[in-house]
Amino acid sequence: MNTLLISAVLGVLMMFSGVLLKSRQVIRNLAIAGMAGLLLVNILELGGTTFFQINTRDMMAFDRFSLLFITVAIFSTLLYLVLSAKDMEKVGINYAEYFALLFFIVCGIVLVSSFKSLLILFLGVEIISIPLYILTGSDKRNLKSNEASLKYFLLGAFSTGLMLMGIALLYGSTGTFSTSFRLGPDVKPSALMIAGMLLLFFSMSFKVSLAPFHFWTPDVYDGAPTVFTSFMATIVKAAVFIGFIRLFNNAFGLMHGQWQLIAAIITAATLFIGNITAVFQQSVKRMLAYSSIAQAGFMMLSLYALSAEAYEGLLLYTVAYSLATIGIFAVLIKMNDYTFSGFNGFARYHPLLAATTTVFLLSLAGIPLTSGFLSKFYMLKITLASGKGMWLAVFAVFMAAVSVYYYFRVIQAMYFKEGDDPKIQVTTTFKWTLVVLAALVILLGVFPNLLLYWVYF
Amino acid sequence: MVPVLLILIPLVTGLVTFFFKDGRTAKSWALFSALATLVVSVLGLTVLKETKYLQFNREWLSALNSSFSVQLDGMGQLLCLLNAVAYPLVILSAWKNDYKNQNNFYALMLLAQAGMMGVFLATDALLFYFCWELALIPMYFLCSQWGGEKRIPVTFKFFIYTFVGSLLMLIGILYLQAHTKDHSFSWQSFIDLRLPANKQQWIFWLFFVAFAIKMPVFPLHTWQPDTYEQAPTATTMILSGVMVKMGLFGILRWLFPVMPFASFQWADFITPLSLCGAIYASLIAIRQDDLKRLVAYSSIAHIGLMCAAAFAQNESGFQGLMIQMFNHGINIIGLWIVVEITERQFGTRKISELGGIAQKAPVLAAFLVIIALANIALPLTNAFPGEFLMFNGIFSSVTVYHVWFTVMAGLSIIFGAIYTLNMIRKVFYGETIELTRAANDISMSEKLALGVIVLIIFVLGVYPQLMLNETAATASAVNEKFDFVRQTLLEQKK
Repeated sequence: MNTLLISAVLGVLMMFSGVLLKSRQVIRNLAIAGMAGLLLVNILELGGTTFFQINTRDMMAFDRFSLLFITVAIFSTLLYLVLSAKDMEKVGINYAEYFALLFFIVCGIVLVSSFKSLLILFLGVEIISIPLYILTGSDKRNLKSNEASLKYFLLGAFSTGLMLMGIALLYGSTGTFSTSFRLGPDVKPSALMIAGMLLLFFSMSFKVSLAPFHFWTPDVYDGAPTVFTSFMATIVKAAVFIGFIRLFNNAFGLMHGQWQLIAAIITAATLFIGNITAVFQQSVKRMLAYSSIAQAGFMMLSLYALSAEAYEGLLLYTVAYSLATIGIFAVLIKMNDYTFSGFNGFARYHPLLAATTTVFLLSLAGIPLTSGFLSKFYMLKITLASGKGMWLAVFAVFMAAVSVYYYFRVIQAMYFKEGDDPKIQVTTTFKWTLVVLAALVILLGVFPNLLLYWVYF
Repeated sequence: MVPVLLILIPLVTGLVTFFFKDGRTAKSWALFSALATLVVSVLGLTVLKETKYLQFNREWLSALNSSFSVQLDGMGQLLCLLNAVAYPLVILSAWKNDYKNQNNFYALMLLAQAGMMGVFLATDALLFYFCWELALIPMYFLCSQWGGEKRIPVTFKFFIYTFVGSLLMLIGILYLQAHTKDHSFSWQSFIDLRLPANKQQWIFWLFFVAFAIKMPVFPLHTWQPDTYEQAPTATTMILSGVMVKMGLFGILRWLFPVMPFASFQWADFITPLSLCGAIYASLIAIRQDDLKRLVAYSSIAHIGLMCAAAFAQNESGFQGLMIQMFNHGINIIGLWIVVEITERQFGTRKISELGGIAQKAPVLAAFLVIIALANIALPLTNAFPGEFLMFNGIFSSVTVYHVWFTVMAGLSIIFGAIYTLNMIRKVFYGETIELTRAANDISMSEKLALGVIVLIIFVLGVYPQLMLNETAATASAVNEKFDFVRQTLLEQKK
């Protein structure tokens, strides 16, 4: 509750800061300080200190898991701001507004990860989406950015429509918006309910870009200014995934048998399309867009298995994926040439950046000792533990091997090929933040308990 | 304590090596580290041979029921020793090479050593998997950065191959773990699992493919000659001397005791595959003109034979396999060192362009002849007892085709003699040609490395009991599993 209110207030504050403050440096520091403060109040709430007592009438529940995820999301956002906030200057003149929108998105993330009512879910998803439409189009003079924004908006609005329709059908069949309606074990769900559930499933699939609802993703991620792609592809995606599993565990957990097959098919399709298409990309940015689809396929395994461990696994996965991807994007933003060959010889001129990027790429590819490995490991484990998921696990493994191909292309370019100095400027803070990020990626890979411990205690 | 040190010394010294600025310091430091590891591993085999020193167990990843448990036992000790002996030899033989960014080169080499040590020591499946991959990553960077012209695609093929294999193994590990009683990854609970025979049938393949790619067994061997050829020779020595043993070791440690039924039932399928591979590789080796490729194919042939001996599944076969893993490692490293010296001096590896080196470099030639004879398992060399036991194992295995298998194995040995002796004759004997007229004999560090190898060859050739004592207990322990299988199957037939 702390975070929800304060992030909304901070959002408004940032909006006015653009009018009141002239220095971009001050605006930026204000935003970073605000995010750090947000992290602090959220950790306080995790420890039991709430500043606001508001009766949500059981529409929201700040349980341990949701608070933990919010902490992680805000922490990642903080790292993201430290790394990339300066690069937002390049996007356009409305510098302060970008931060305001980011704070609003955080507000939406809080809603999505702690809802207990379908209405709050809807609000959360919309509060996340609308600022994203704006951020996608924020590079106003760039046609690709405009196109991406329009495309995202139209398709996003359509999927929102599906979601509303689904909510309406569910309301019709159960008479409540609460996600904690329970069917008796022997009651067959009505056709109305199943239709509503499917519509919700598809619209959420759209938001986290699962195949075959992924078509917007590459264009939008590619067209949006890279700083915002980074945020969109990581923290936002993770949050919506948390909302996804929360919805389907709370509301439809008992009907798991009814939709497990659909989840399996969508998982397999997403893994296949994401990985295979990523192989053919020439631009690292677009490759990362497809890789984000592929990684979503892996995360989807947690919905397929839907066990207690699936929650932990998904949490670890979102963290591992977000940290690594934020790191890669932070380096990518600095580059002038987004193609693979733009990275040629990178290690010679920027050994530290290359080394950290390698850690991130290894993590995304799922190499042991990185958090990426453990999170993939978790996903495979729960899939096998669910009893009949062997084929899916084997398929996922083959797709993970495909993913090595495109992640390692970047490593090959950086280390084994000759190229010109990309002439990029980085500050010491940037370097150290990247090192911290890489250290976190490895640390979580060796001692995942640092994070998972908090799920239970 | 010993196993932890064996992993930690190369790991820590390897990480430190990254920060050296001067190449020479890095080289000396790496040699120092390798010698330290060697001392520890010898101590572990002699003075500190008590369970309390050889086992280590610490909680790690408790949420997943995995622990950091390592153990220096009969199965792994010879390979740990091989790993520890190989590194000083390799570093000595590469002493004269000036690699670009030497510090990174030696750092990655040492990290690979740590990974391989972990593979040979781990008694926890997840830890085993970790180390299995960690040995691979430094190798990937080593081969792609310091290798030959086509290094990048070739190494990548190697990487993808092994990565797919190991991921399949990961699924196998997860499957077994989910079915163990205490949901742990420990080796003991895997053995106690006793999966029903029909389940074993296909879980077996998840593991075997990973090991088969690593060894490699025909038809999964295609990555190997290219990789050996393109990798820098120092790395090739480690790859072919030590790393391929990871596959054989995996079979001994994780496949046979855990899934004896499936291993027994698939043996008739896998033995001919590996023997065909051995003959096929030998035939190709005869036709090779490139020294590196010749040694690479010879390595495939030997490994094929060892795999067949493993699947003979009797005491003699196991024992032969275990001592042969060590001896083959030593001999092949010796051969690579000679190849490396030849290439450095004459700038070519083509057999057709060389000849008559022996006249100018008699010491090198003498060393080579001894090592080559050991490679074809002449009596009184170290490889003889191993190959003899392996043959004995293949011949006395219970399969109805055992005579055929022995004939095939014998053929591959004969072919082995052909290409090895041919190579010596063409490259080292005969008249000197223009290129080799100015040849120099070998330097002190190379003499030292080759001398040690020849010493090992003779000592273990004359007195193999030294090793047989170490492996006897393990061989009979693994054999017991199969005795049980054979008995059960016999009873079922009745």
